[in-house]
Order: sequence, then structure tokens, then C-alpha cells
Amino acid sequence: MNDIDTDQIIPARFLKGTDKSGMGDHLFADWRYNPDGSPNPSFVLSKSEHQNSKILLVGDNFGCGSSREHAPWALRGFGIRAVISTSFADIFRANALKNGLLPITVDAATHRKLCVLLEESPEMDFTVDLATSTVTLPGNEAVQFPIDGFSKSCLMNGIDELGYLLSFESKISDYEARDSS
Amino acid sequence: MSKLPVTLFEKVWNAHLVAQEPDSPAVLYIDLHLVHEVTSPQAFAGLRERGLRVRRPEKTFATIDHSIPTLNLSFPIQDALAAKQIKQLEENCREFRIQLFGMKHPKRGVVHVIGPELGLTLPGMTIVCGDSHTSTHGAFGALAFGIGTSEVEHVLATQCLLQRKPKTFEVKVEGKLAPGVSAKDIILALLGRIGVSGGNGHVFEYTGTGIRSLSMEERMTICNMSIEGGARAGMIAPDDTTFEYISGRDFAPKGRAWEESLTRWHQLPTDAGATFDKSITLNAHELIPMITYGTNPGMGIPITDRVPDPAQGRDGSQRLALEKALKYMGLQPGESLLGKPVDIVFIGSCTNSRMSDLQQAASLLKGRTVAPSVRVLVVPGSQTIKRQAEEEGLDRIFKQAGAEWRESGCSMCIAMNGDQLEPGQYAVSTSNRNFEGRQGKGGRTFLASTLTAAAAALTGRITDVRTMISE
Repeated sequence: MNDIDTDQIIPARFLKGTDKSGMGDHLFADWRYNPDGSPNPSFVLSKSEHQNSKILLVGDNFGCGSSREHAPWALRGFGIRAVISTSFADIFRANALKNGLLPITVDAATHRKLCVLLEESPEMDFTVDLATSTVTLPGNEAVQFPIDGFSKSCLMNGIDELGYLLSFESKISDYEARDSS
Repeated sequence: MSKLPVTLFEKVWNAHLVAQEPDSPAVLYIDLHLVHEVTSPQAFAGLRERGLRVRRPEKTFATIDHSIPTLNLSFPIQDALAAKQIKQLEENCREFRIQLFGMKHPKRGVVHVIGPELGLTLPGMTIVCGDSHTSTHGAFGALAFGIGTSEVEHVLATQCLLQRKPKTFEVKVEGKLAPGVSAKDIILALLGRIGVSGGNGHVFEYTGTGIRSLSMEERMTICNMSIEGGARAGMIAPDDTTFEYISGRDFAPKGRAWEESLTRWHQLPTDAGATFDKSITLNAHELIPMITYGTNPGMGIPITDRVPDPAQGRDGSQRLALEKALKYMGLQPGESLLGKPVDIVFIGSCTNSRMSDLQQAASLLKGRTVAPSVRVLVVPGSQTIKRQAEEEGLDRIFKQAGAEWRESGCSMCIAMNGDQLEPGQYAVSTSNRNFEGRQGKGGRTFLASTLTAAAAALTGRITDVRTMISE
């Protein structure tokens, strides 16, 4: 399914918290649960075999719409560590990378292949190796995915982007001195 | 000094570059940081945990809009979580010395309405907020975009943001709008053409005679929905219309500072000969009122067209998407939307809740009453707009017509405050998103212009407003 928006990933009524806890419970709430609150058995993340899934395969332009960072918080809260798609919405991608959620972009042909593989064997395992930027499928076929050096370095080394920004203190002060003159 | 012609976007980007290391995002300085109650609490908590202060409190302004009720505020707020979130923002602003347009402030309102209204939004600025409709401020020739809560924390702490430089996409609009056709119809038509991911990785610049002839409020409507096309931001070069709007506002530069600003702002428009990475042209005079039929803002059609047939989708994914959308919306392929009964009409949101929207709606509703089958909410974008509308007697027109006149807030656009659709209800809405459940779980949204919404209010059905104004 293409164009899954962040209102589906986490509906607005769950944005009223002041911390990040419990978001996993509300992931895809309106698709995962029936109106009476019982789990919707036909939704993929309600199935018992997927309760510990760490990789999510989705359609194009994943995470479009609202900038709510609660979307990657909900995905991480559920246990998802990586999302595979043919493309991601810009704000969602930036938010995901800041939360240890890896957005993996593959081409249309690879995406189709993964969809077919998963349909045939829903409990299939893939391996994601960030160090080599590869997704390995059963049978050891490896697919490369693009990731910029900076994001990769931050994820591999646990570098905090705020820490990186704070290191520019003197340049920021220089800018402000120039700007106000 | 560069002799190469450059675009408005590149001028603003280059002017705000603090640093850029190899193979790393740029460090961009942020002139104005707008804050609201929903996406900020975790950011302030992060600052506290690290023992950091807000670097530039004087460049940071907060308001309460998303979860605030729009009924005459009777304390305490019924929703305990919303009340706690609002209280948290009040505490955060007190502790970090940020100006808050809070519950009792006479100038509070929807964040993307009050920024320009107060003269905070200025040409050439970089502006961010934890809200994707920050693109609205691009109407002033600012580089304005939405950010996540972590980035809110970054900006609070450093007044800077890490950003990869987007590409540029010229959206040229030529000609004049016909009577009954609005700026909202321009952006809905664009989204219908390029879809919700057509602008990914790009900043739109809207150019052409069809843009120059628009008022600032109309320009804001268009820039507001740039994000719905996946664009990072949407900009319109400033001109005399812009300067006239800004002049004299609370936070606008005055005296010599105003003259100096004008000189700088005149340098901003895109140079002749500058190139864009992509471009598209729309003819404004060919447009008719639009309405969405589906579950994303790109699923829109001219109001006299019929609902598309999923079988005609260009590929399997599109066919599936259309089927799912039509099923959710309870629509049939080939169905005509005209005459379809609706339950709610919502006139409000950062897209269309300014004075010109209220004046347009009032001009249609004056001396008439809304259809008995429909509930109509009119939610002004700010308390200032509310007062001005009341001075002009617009509130009396709405109330006499049988519409509800509310306090300002995001209200039914995001349905976080109790103003919402019941499952299955249909609404014609002047807001910006028709995603499943956006306006209330199970709620079904038709996005449209203020005039189209006002027409629906009178008839209780989806209506071509042009048939009403020629009377």
C-alpha cells in the first residue's frame, strides 16, 4: 500500500502525551483494532507471528502527511527497527533516523520481489546490516541500500545530532555577530 | 560575489548557512521558531535533562492551538491529557522565558495564522515549527518548514538545524481565477496533477501572474498545502502586496529598520535566468472549483467531474489505492459528487480561517439559513480575527444563518479538541487533510475552498458555488 500517512501510523488522539512512552500500543491503531477495541485479526501487525517483527515492508511514500515524530516513536515502541520502501516522505525519514529507526530504500523491482517472497512465506527472516548497507534475503542474496555517510555514522556510533550541533558553538556565535551587525 | 542567477530559495538558504562539513547536512540558522503544545513537551524535557537553556528565547514564540477547545473556555478543560499538555507548555515557557500567546492572551490563535498576523513572519527568514503546515509562511518569501520534536529540541538549544539542501520546483500559475474559483482550488488542482509525493525532496516556488494577483491570505492558502504534495517548503517571492501586509504589524520592523528591511527584501526574488530542477505550469483561468473524493489531498477532481474508476488506475498500486479510498468514502466509481448530502461543514484551519475566508462565507450566508440537515462550524484562525469579524458583524450573519461561531483553534482539522466527526459522517471542510479518520475516527472528509464549503452549508449537499453567485 502506497502513501501511508502518519495519521494512520499514529492517530492524532494519541498525541496528547508529554513523554514518549506507550506509543507502541497505538501503532496503526485504527487498522489494528476494531471499533470496539478488540484486535483486528486480519491486520498484519495483529497476527501472533508478527508480534516480535523488527522489519516492516511498506509501499511508496511512507510516512507522508503530518510531521509528528510520534510516528517513528510508535514504530520503535512496537519493536520495529527498520522500514523497507521504495521511498519515504522527507520529514518522516529525518525523524526516523533520529530515533534509531532505519529507513531502507530499494528499487521497485527489489520491492516487488520482497513482497512476493513475504506473501509466500510470511514468517521469512531478512537480515539488515548497516555496516555494509545491505539487506540479506534467505538464500544469501544481498541487496544494497543507499544511506548517506553522516546518517550511517550517527547510527553506527550512537552519535547524537544535538551533540554534533552543539559542537558548532563558535561558528553559531560568529554567525549571530555578523547577522546583527 | 556570485554572478550566477539564483532562485529565491537559494538566496535564503545561502544567507543562513552557518557551516557545512563534507558529506554532512548543512547547519542552517533559524530566524524564527514557532512552538505549540503538542510537539514541544518532549523537546523541553530533553533540554532539561541535558541542563541546556534556550539559546534565543527572543526568537521563539509559542501558542496553544491543537488541543484547545473552541467553545467559550470553561475551566477546567474536560480532556485531562490536553489540559496537562497545555499546562506543560505554560510551565516550559515560564521556565525558559519564551513569550506565550496562551489561553487568556487576546492575540492567541492557530500558530500559522498568528505568525504572519503579528508581523513575526518576514521575507527572507528561515522559520520552523513542529508542524508540517509551517510551509504557510513561505507565502512571504521565507524558507519555512515543519520539523519533528527532536529537531524542535535542536533549535531550542542551538537556534540551528541540520538540513540537507532540497532541490527546486517551479510551479507557474498564469492567468486569473474565474468567479467562484479560489486559491484553494489552485493548490487542490496542483495536488491532483502531481500527487502527494510529486514534490518530495523539493521546495516549491510559486510564480506567474496567477500568483502575483493573489492577496497574502490567498498566497498563504496555497503555500500551506505545499507539504501535501510532499514538498519540503513552498515559497512566493515578496512584492508590494507582501510589504503592504506586513507594514505596521506588532513585530514588524519600524522606522529606519523598516527601510533597511525593504531594501534587503527587494533583492530576494529569483534572478532572471535562474533555473529550477523541475517545473510545471497551471492555467488559473481554466480552473473550476475542486473537491477531493478520496483519502489523500491528491485525490481531487473538478467539482463537476465524476469519481474516478479504480479500474482505470495506471498500475496495480493505484488501482488498489483508489479501491480502498472509495470503499472508505462510501463512493461508487463514476458517481457524480454534486448533490451528495453531507452532515458537517467546517470552515476553519490554518488553510482557510482568515478574514477574507470569513468575509467570503458571510457574503454567501447573509440573509439565508443553513440547511437543517447540516451542522456548520465556523472557527476563526485567531482571537484577533474573531474580534475583527465581530466588529464587522460577521458573527451575527453566521449565527442568524444557524452556523456555530467558535473561539479560535485547530478544531476539526485535526479533531484533537472534541470538535470531530462521528464514524461515517461526511464533511465538506476548508482544512488540508482528508486522510482516513483525520477529522474523527471513521469520519469522511471532502476538502474544498471556503466558497464551496459555504455553498454546501446552504444546501446541505456538495454544490457548485458558481451556480449560486450568478444569481
